[in-house]
Amino acid sequence: MPSIYLILIAVVIVFGVGVLLVSRRRGMGTSATPTALQPVVDKVPVRQSVSALVVETDAGIEAEPAAALDIEAGSEAGSEAGVEVFERPRFRDRMSKSRAALVGVFTGVRGRVGVTNETWDDLEEALLRADVGVRVTDELLTGLRARVKSKEIADPDALLTALQADMITRLSANERALRFEPGEPGEPNVWLFVGVNGVGKTTTIGKVGAQQRQLGRTVLMAAGDTFRAAAAEQLGTWAQRSGSELVRGSEGGDPSAVIFDGIQAASARHIDLVLADTAGRLHNKTNLMEELRKVRRVASKGSGRVTEVLLVIDATTGQNGLAQARQFGEATEVTGVVLTKLDGSAKGGIVFAIETELGLPVKLVGLGETIGDLVEFDPTEFIEALFSE
Amino acid sequence: MFDTLSDRFDGIFKKLRGKGRLTDSDVDEVLREIRTALLEADVNVTVARRVVDRIRDQAIGAKLSQALDPSQQVIKIVSNELTNILGGQTLKITYASRPPTVVLMAGLQGSGKTTNSAKLARWFKSQGRQPLLVGADLQRPAAVEQLRVLGRQIDVPVFSEPGDPVTTAARGLAEARRLGRDVLIVDTAGRLAIDADMMLQVRQISEAIEPNYTFLVIDAMTGQDAVSVAEAFHETLAIDGVILSKLDGDARGGAALSVKEVIGRPIAFASTGEKLDAFEQFHPDRMAGRILGMGDVLTLIEQAEQAFEKDSAAEAAQRMMEGEFTLDDFLDQMQQLKKMGPLSGLLGMMPGMPKELKGAKIDDDDLKPVEAIIRAMTPQERRKPEIINGSRRNRIAAGSGTSVGEINRLVKQFSEMQKMMKRMGGMTMGKKGKKKMPGGLGALKGAMPGGFPGGAPDGMPAGFPDMPFNKR
Repeated sequence: MPSIYLILIAVVIVFGVGVLLVSRRRGMGTSATPTALQPVVDKVPVRQSVSALVVETDAGIEAEPAAALDIEAGSEAGSEAGVEVFERPRFRDRMSKSRAALVGVFTGVRGRVGVTNETWDDLEEALLRADVGVRVTDELLTGLRARVKSKEIADPDALLTALQADMITRLSANERALRFEPGEPGEPNVWLFVGVNGVGKTTTIGKVGAQQRQLGRTVLMAAGDTFRAAAAEQLGTWAQRSGSELVRGSEGGDPSAVIFDGIQAASARHIDLVLADTAGRLHNKTNLMEELRKVRRVASKGSGRVTEVLLVIDATTGQNGLAQARQFGEATEVTGVVLTKLDGSAKGGIVFAIETELGLPVKLVGLGETIGDLVEFDPTEFIEALFSE
Repeated sequence: MFDTLSDRFDGIFKKLRGKGRLTDSDVDEVLREIRTALLEADVNVTVARRVVDRIRDQAIGAKLSQALDPSQQVIKIVSNELTNILGGQTLKITYASRPPTVVLMAGLQGSGKTTNSAKLARWFKSQGRQPLLVGADLQRPAAVEQLRVLGRQIDVPVFSEPGDPVTTAARGLAEARRLGRDVLIVDTAGRLAIDADMMLQVRQISEAIEPNYTFLVIDAMTGQDAVSVAEAFHETLAIDGVILSKLDGDARGGAALSVKEVIGRPIAFASTGEKLDAFEQFHPDRMAGRILGMGDVLTLIEQAEQAFEKDSAAEAAQRMMEGEFTLDDFLDQMQQLKKMGPLSGLLGMMPGMPKELKGAKIDDDDLKPVEAIIRAMTPQERRKPEIINGSRRNRIAAGSGTSVGEINRLVKQFSEMQKMMKRMGGMTMGKKGKKKMPGGLGALKGAMPGGFPGGAPDGMPAGFPDMPFNKR
């Protein structure tokens, strides 16, 4: 019985995609390429009714009464709590807590006379261990090998310095400041947080909210995670702690609606910034990613401006992080990455692939549990911490 | 997308054709590819090295048979090795003679402890036990509330009290005795393995409740760090088994291999979805194939079972065998297939897909013209595309916004496809099972541009189900 599914899938794929590939291969000029066809296809009655339906749903959301949502003001005491000033932690202090530090490897490299095969093996291993990934590691080392061969680099110290410099260069091109564009009163900035399950979206929002309060901005948190049990309560605790307002919907409700209403509420009260939470979702779940697309669409329909869509990634994530960044980026126009839990033993090397292959800048990193431990990403400090002894 | 191991091997072995015997440097090249595949799947560097060394011994020791495709033979060796590592002894729950049987859940933040505590409780319940959940995660805001909501959903009581996690856990144990619950599951706060205070706390919890089983929850997406995490928790708590969470993602899950190899404790359960019943005992053979990127057929079938409507799928398959599969059927199945996720993902999981398909950049939207053409046909035309003449063609082209040429191609391919299916149906009505699938799929060749290199399904020595067409 199960095999029939395989056969069906095979048939549908082989036939459907087969037709497509043949068309592509023939390169039938403009009219035959699927992309060029798109607008025309949309004129097919069936398609039209489908897209009309989507629009309708969106309109339906907007029309949904805000009465269904509780708006909770943060406690007055909480608003005062925001004055506490935190000292910025250093990457090196937090990252070198790691037991599995790469330090030993680098010491080994330095200890050798000249650059030997073992040197290359050690460097490769160190980079791979930091989750930099096979491809980026190869790229980095290939460049260096050529320079060693041409005698441009002669000793291990120079090699390590060159490697660090190359890694910093890889991360240097991007703008990392969080984008806040002051607008008219009633036109809040909206920052949307997305990511897979368990990376720390809600916690990150809590910390960002507290920091923004310290900067003197008024903040509203929209509990768009309507799926996970008690997610809204968790965000509510953070709202209270930071003196932010909270908008939440019912559990299992429509996240787009909650976020939209949050934006409208913020606009009505002239709040500066909306931090919108979303439920964690695996990037390969089509329906959930569709839901997120809608969240993104609907968010820009409100009275605010979506100025950041931040993808939260756990530093322990391995090579799958790239797939996450790709899928979320495609679905929601991600503007930056938040790398959480970098204070553990994980090194977060996947950001090299994410930044260079997808051009997504890491904007914030989590270096610890307290509010002040979420800091702006600094590539130089990050690399130095990786290499530090 | 990753190249599958078999694709890489194909390249290597092509060069070797006619040599008959592998030289040491050939073996090295093959092993390098294996290592890369393992690393891309997030297997820890050290573990990958050990695995590759073991495979080297076997590959050199084993005489490659002339009759078989060497790349398939090597893949079989690799896959068997991984299955051995992942499998080994399995965890069988022995219930405490004096109830309750105490289970402690531990792991990093965000690995899925709370959700999996509830899933595990549900599993115990399905085994006829009466579990009690204890919320000892007093760290994360609303973690206990989350557990309570989940507890209500599965109808399992939840005990917790504010204050100190160690006391809460101990009181939970007393509560279980008082209520006569025979399984106790203690959810703890996520902690970093390098956080000495928090590790001490979890050890104190463990000492207070003396668990029969301590499970480490590991995210399937974890990278190289999985090893240090597992080692640290094992050192502190003596782990009995691992729960692999978020396995429904598309990570290849090398962390599973690393953890198993390093702490030597079985992977007991895998969490395969957001619903509370998406929790099952771990299948080492499937995981081996997945880590090697060889397509995960069983998972694919499971997903299909959820996405497809059983009756219509069975009917469509039946019609297919009889060569009566229509464009309507195609459209219908296509809709159901879409529910399974992006086509490119499915292609990755399908074994034996031609390279042209695997490598193709497919956006689901690209199939819309195909759909549009079929939808622009009358029901009669969909059943019998051969009646489509010049004027019908023009109408369909206009109606779907495509060109006459495209409609011709679609109709032609479909008729070739139908012939193929008829042949397949004919073959499989006969006896013989196992070998048929590759042959059957291979028979689709004509319908494919650029041919259909069969045989790759043979690369699924483990985890590949019997797939005779006549097994119903």
